[in-house]
Amino acid sequence: MKLPRSALFVLLPLLFAAGLLLAGCQHEPPPWQLTSIRGHMPDLAFKLTDDSGKTVTAADYKGKVALLYFGYTHCPDVCPLTLAHLHAVMQKLGKQADDVRILFVTVDPARDTPAVLHDYVRAFDSHAIGLTGSPGTIESLVKRYRASFSREPDKNDSGYEVSHSSAIYVFDRSGKARLLATPSDTQPELVHDLHLLIDSGD
Amino acid sequence: MKRHHFPLLLAGLLLAGSVHAAQADHVKASHAWIRLLPANLPAGGYVTLDNDGVQAARLTNASSPDYARVMLHQSSEHGGMSRMTMIDHLDVPAHGTVALAPAGYHLMMMKADRPLKPGDKIKVILRFADGSTLPVDFLARPANATGAD
Repeated sequence: MKLPRSALFVLLPLLFAAGLLLAGCQHEPPPWQLTSIRGHMPDLAFKLTDDSGKTVTAADYKGKVALLYFGYTHCPDVCPLTLAHLHAVMQKLGKQADDVRILFVTVDPARDTPAVLHDYVRAFDSHAIGLTGSPGTIESLVKRYRASFSREPDKNDSGYEVSHSSAIYVFDRSGKARLLATPSDTQPELVHDLHLLIDSGD
Repeated sequence: MKRHHFPLLLAGLLLAGSVHAAQADHVKASHAWIRLLPANLPAGGYVTLDNDGVQAARLTNASSPDYARVMLHQSSEHGGMSRMTMIDHLDVPAHGTVALAPAGYHLMMMKADRPLKPGDKIKVILRFADGSTLPVDFLARPANATGAD
């Protein structure tokens, strides 16, 4: 059968519109503006020392949305920028920020004692906690989230240079891995998704 | 005897002439600030440099009376990894701008010689390839600041 050309001009847009409608019915747009990692990353689990010198585990942060970030204090540029951004996000969350904890895990435990970490994280936000541990413990935690870091001897007196994963891992109140934020994600995107996670209550 | 002074005078005049054409003379600094960190940790220094000259101005190093050492650094991001490397110069293109800003080029300020607090003015001397210098007042900002103001 051969359709006249004019029929095609009518049919094609109709088919296209029908396709759009179907697609709209089948796929709810994902609510997240960050990258969902649900089911792709293990739950929050660790045993570390917090910045007051106390031994803590992931269970101590159950009930809170946790933002996990690997960094080190002798990092004058990117780590402070990330923490300053997270502080701005916490301010935008207002009272809901009380349901969130920023977990700053050092990848430089030799220099980052609990006391150093305490002053450091508190300079950024009252909801931030510095965590440290033995090099082996930290290495296995880093591996658990498929992050990485490396140390290189440095020509200067500062000892060595560290490169490290720049992502922020977001866990829900029950400690399930949910979202990944990268440096290209904006504050409004973080605020949007944290609102959803805080409100969902799970 | 007097004739011997002439080359010296000439050299002096030439030097004075070259000072006028110096790279630093064409560079204007703005938005200069330092992110103070506790416990005298190395701090990031940021500034925007505008060059109105017809030639590139090459920033080669910096120093400050308030810090033991200032280094020129670059942060970069590759495949989800952040790293920091030392660079030995940074060109401000002719009639162009370079921003030393978080997550990019920055000054690494090491070991403050005196306790610094937000609001303090910190003198930093920027040195260019031809030896010319540009003194700039950097504003000390708290750790969680996101910019110069």
